[in-house]
Amino acid sequence: MDANDRIVGGLLGVILLAPLAAVLGCLLARRPRPAEYLNLTAAVSVLAAVLLLLPRALVRTLTFWHGYLIVDALGAWVLLSVASVYLLSSIYAIGYMRRLDEAGRLHRFYALFAGFALTTLCGPLMNNIGVYWIAIELTTLVSTFLVCFELRRDSVEAAWKYIVVVSAGISLALLGIILFYWAGSLRMGPTYDLTWAALRTVAPQLNPTVALAAFLLVLIGFGTKVGLAPMHTWLPDAHSEGPAPVSAMLSGALLNTAMIGIVRFLQVADRGRLGALPRLVVVSIGAFSLFIAALFIVRQRGIKRLMAYSSVEHMGIMTLGFGFGGPLGIAGALYHMLGHSLNKSLMFFGAGNTMQAFHTKRISRIHRVLRSLPASGLLWLAGAVAITGAPPFSLFLSELTIMRAGLAGVNAWAVFVMLPLLVVIFVGFLDHFRAMYFGGHTAAPAGAQTGGSAGAARAPVRESVWCVLPMWLALVPLLVLGLWWPQAISHYFSVVAAQLSGKAVP
Amino acid sequence: MFAVHLPPLAASLFSLLAIASLLLAFVMLGSRWLKDYLLAFAVQSWLIALLSVAIGYYGHYPELYLIAVLTALFRGLLLPYLLLRIVRQMNVDRELHERLSPSSSLVVGALLVIFAFVVADHVGISLGIAGSVAVLALTVMLSMKLIGFLMLAVRGEVISQILGLLVLENGIFLGSQILVPGMPLLIELVILFDLLVVVACFGVLVRYLLLHAGTSSAHDLRRLVG
Repeated sequence: MDANDRIVGGLLGVILLAPLAAVLGCLLARRPRPAEYLNLTAAVSVLAAVLLLLPRALVRTLTFWHGYLIVDALGAWVLLSVASVYLLSSIYAIGYMRRLDEAGRLHRFYALFAGFALTTLCGPLMNNIGVYWIAIELTTLVSTFLVCFELRRDSVEAAWKYIVVVSAGISLALLGIILFYWAGSLRMGPTYDLTWAALRTVAPQLNPTVALAAFLLVLIGFGTKVGLAPMHTWLPDAHSEGPAPVSAMLSGALLNTAMIGIVRFLQVADRGRLGALPRLVVVSIGAFSLFIAALFIVRQRGIKRLMAYSSVEHMGIMTLGFGFGGPLGIAGALYHMLGHSLNKSLMFFGAGNTMQAFHTKRISRIHRVLRSLPASGLLWLAGAVAITGAPPFSLFLSELTIMRAGLAGVNAWAVFVMLPLLVVIFVGFLDHFRAMYFGGHTAAPAGAQTGGSAGAARAPVRESVWCVLPMWLALVPLLVLGLWWPQAISHYFSVVAAQLSGKAVP
Repeated sequence: MFAVHLPPLAASLFSLLAIASLLLAFVMLGSRWLKDYLLAFAVQSWLIALLSVAIGYYGHYPELYLIAVLTALFRGLLLPYLLLRIVRQMNVDRELHERLSPSSSLVVGALLVIFAFVVADHVGISLGIAGSVAVLALTVMLSMKLIGFLMLAVRGEVISQILGLLVLENGIFLGSQILVPGMPLLIELVILFDLLVVVACFGVLVRYLLLHAGTSSAHDLRRLVG
C-alpha cells in the first residue's frame, strides 16, 4: 500500500465518518442550532474530501476493507454530484427549516438528513453487489422519514407510497442479483464474493438465458429507484411532499446513486453474450421516461410535481446517454448527471422559497414572483431556462453530446424520439414559468382581499441569505460548465469510458 | 450444482417444503381475515427455516443452521408478533377494501404460477437441468414473487400490503437457499436484519397513518395524482 492509497483511504474515512459523526452529534445535542452547523460542517468536509479524491481515483481503481469498498473513477464522479447536492441543500435547509416552526424536532431532522447523505454516499462505494443493494434499501428507509417529516396528511401518503413501491421494486433487483450469483456459481463454485469485478470476469461464461432474465430484473428493480417510467409512480409524490432540501437530495443525489447500479450492470451485460437486447431495453425505457415526463409536465398544476417530472425527464436522458454508450455517450451522461444535480437543487430551492412566500404549491395561485422574491425569483427563472436544456448552461452541452452519441450508434431512432419531446418539455415547462412570472393580472385584487396571504404576495418577502446563497452556488458552476467544458473533465470521462468498456486505462 | 445431484429423499423433502410454502401463499391470497394471513405467513417462515436445516444437512453448509434459527425467530415469531400488535392497535381484523374477490385472486394466482413455471422451465432447458429441484425452486421463487405483487395490487389494508412485501421477500429467501446455498453468510444475515428494519419502519408509518391521515386503508390514500 503506497502513499497514494493511504491518502485515498483517509479521504474515504472522512467521506463516511463525517456524516456519521454529524448523525451522532445531532442526536446528542438535541438543540436545533448546533445540529444545523454540525450537518453543515459534515457537508463541507465531505465535498472537500471528494474533490481531493477525484484526481486520485483516476490513477487506478482501489479497494478497501477486504474488498467491500471500491474507489473508481465512475463512483468518484457520482460522489461528486452527491456531495455537491448535500452541501447545497445543507446550506439551504438552515434557512428553510427555520421557517417551518418545528424547532423542537429540528435536531432529528438534521440527524436523518446526515444519515440520508451517509447512505447515499455509501452506494457508489460498495464493491459487493449484495451490500450495494442493502445500501440502496437503507436510503429508502431513511428518506421515508424525511419525506413525512412535516407530518401532514399528504406527506404521510407520499411516504407510504414511496416505501411500498420502492421496496417492492427493489426486491426485483435482489432477485436479479441472486440469479446473477446463481449463474456465476455454475462457473465459479458455490461460494464466492459477488463483487462487480468478479461478475464482469465471469460474465462471458454466464448462461445467456439466465443472465438476460437477471439483467432485466435488475434493470426494473434499480430503475424503480431511479424513477424511470413506468416505475416512476412514487417519485412525484415523494419529491413534492418532502421539505424542499429533502426534495433536492432525493432528486439530485439519490437517483444518481441508483443509476450507478444500472450502469455497472450494463457493463456486465456488455461482457456477456447477450446481444443488442439489453441496450435496446435501456434506451427504450429512457425514451419512454421522456415521453411520460413530457405528458405530465405540460399539464402539471403543482410546482414541485413539475420539478419531479422534470427529474423523470432528466433521468431518462441520462439513461439514454448510458444506453447509447461509447465514450461520447458516457461523457454526455456523466456531464448531465452533475449538471442535473446542481440545476435540480436550484429548482427545488426556488420552489421552496416561492411556496413559503405564497403559501401554496399550485402554479395557478402564484403570480408575479419577481415582485415578492426579487433575488431568488431571478435565479429561479435562470435555473428554469437552464433545466430545459437551453444554452448557455451545461445541460445544453450534455444533451447535445448525448444526441451526437446516439446518432452514431445503432439506436439512433431514440434521438428522433428525444428531440421533439425535448422541445415539448421546453415549451411546456417555460409556459408554467411565464404564468407564474408575467401572467395573472386578474388575480391581484383577490389576493388583496385576503391580506395577500393566500394569493399574490405583494410586498417583497425578506429573503434569507441561507436561501439565496445556495442558489448562486448552483447557478455559477452551471453557467461556467455550460460555457467551457474543461479539458481535465474530458480526460476524466475518457478514463471512465475506458474502464467501462474494459480497455486498459490510458 | 448442488440442487441437481441430490439423493431422492432429499429431493422430495425439498420439493415438499417448497410446494407447501407456495400453498401457504395461496392461503394468504384466498383469505380475508388478517389473522389468517399472519398465521400463514408465520407457518411459511417456519417451513423455510426447516428447508434451511435440510439444505444445511444434505449440502454440508453448517452456517445454514444459524440462518434457520434466525429465520424461525425473526420471520416466524418476531415479525408476526409485531404485525399482530399493529393489527390490534388498528382494530381491523378483516380485509375490507379488496379490488378482486379472494376467489378471483386465487384464479389469477394460479395463472401466475403457470407463467412462472413456463419461465423456469425455459431456463431449466437452456441449462440442461430440466425437471430437477432447481427448476422447482425457481418456479416457487417466481410464483411467490408474482403472488406478492398480486397481493400488493388487489389488497387495500396497509397490513395486507406489508404482508405482500414480506411474501415477496420470503419467495426470494426460499429460492436463494436452494439455488445458491453457498451465498456468503453476511448477505443472508444482512437481509434478515434488513427485513426487521423494514417492519420497524412500517410500524412507525402505520402509526403516522392513523394519527394524521385517519385511515388504515391504502385506498383512501389517493389524493396525490397527476
